[in-house]
Amino acid sequence: MYAATGNDSIQGGTVIKALVQADVHTVIALPDIVTCEAVLWPIAEDSRFRLVMVCKEDEGVSICAGLSYCEKRAVLLIQHTGFLDSINAIRAIAVEYQLPIVMLVGLQGMEPGYAMRQSQSVGIRALASICDALELKYKEISSEEDAAQIATAIQNAYVKSQPIALFLTAAPVRQV
Amino acid sequence: MKRDQALEVLAKHHANGIVVAVYQSAFDWIEIRPHELNYLCTGAMGQASSHALGLALGAPYEKIVVLDGDGSLLMNLGSLVTIANQKPHNFYHFVCQNNTYEVNGNFPIPGADSLRFDDIARAAGYPHAFSFCELSQFKAELGQILRLEGPVFINLHVEPGISYPKNYEKIHSAESRSTFRHALGQRIVQKELL
Repeated sequence: MYAATGNDSIQGGTVIKALVQADVHTVIALPDIVTCEAVLWPIAEDSRFRLVMVCKEDEGVSICAGLSYCEKRAVLLIQHTGFLDSINAIRAIAVEYQLPIVMLVGLQGMEPGYAMRQSQSVGIRALASICDALELKYKEISSEEDAAQIATAIQNAYVKSQPIALFLTAAPVRQV
Repeated sequence: MKRDQALEVLAKHHANGIVVAVYQSAFDWIEIRPHELNYLCTGAMGQASSHALGLALGAPYEKIVVLDGDGSLLMNLGSLVTIANQKPHNFYHFVCQNNTYEVNGNFPIPGADSLRFDDIARAAGYPHAFSFCELSQFKAELGQILRLEGPVFINLHVEPGISYPKNYEKIHSAESRSTFRHALGQRIVQKELL
């Protein structure tokens, strides 16, 4: 049984504004079909950001770690498949070392209007349980209201030196 | 050449800088050059070069030396492309190639007979890549190499030297991370005051 949570949407601009508000000026990314158009491309064209393209997502976990020792804030923008592929790095570097690794994760195949645990995709449905098992804090970002809280979530991650995964359960849209 | 002898040469040229080291190179290095700016907690195998890239981008005025392993780099070969693409001018990537997973039972790495990391680094876009088998040659050229603008890749064909203790506790400890963070923080403040 799947229950829709509403016709949610997120503006890519809201996500980018949150990054700037949180003093994030480096984005580590591997293109994700969910966030590429409305978040990654605008960031690539925005001189306020340094974009570091990686070949594999776990590289990004470590790059964020290195930057954090230099007091430089960064966000790792990836797809949930890359998150799953990077679990060992996330487990060791983010969780066990308690470093402020902030992951902004697009969910490929996510059904609009549903929560992650309600998805028919095994990979998406498992994310919450995996985070719980790892004791990794996460938030589902499904609306403009949620997206407006991204800045606070990033601030908290850096102030407390704790990792967080921000799962975009709605695909961001690009303003024309 | 013996790994510890090569690392002793490096320690003379990079006495007070940041070093990201892994596995047996790390165990040797912390005995040869104990220092607060040894970055030991890379967490997951293969990740040293990526941690180092973060440090290189975050502290562009510091020379960042990576002491990678051959098995480790094989796990993260894509990082060579990522690093070359970012062109960190302060990045010096050493690989101690002994063709085995030394701390994991001395089993040979795949491609041990033919693997040439310096060729891979060059093809990935590193502007400078070197390979050394002889200690004397490494000793003669290292000073000049460390004056090159990075990223620079240095492949060291090594065999074990003195067997330093495998201090896993230290390389995973919260104390090591805290010490490094504090030391780097002080260094950043000093640089900003200049």
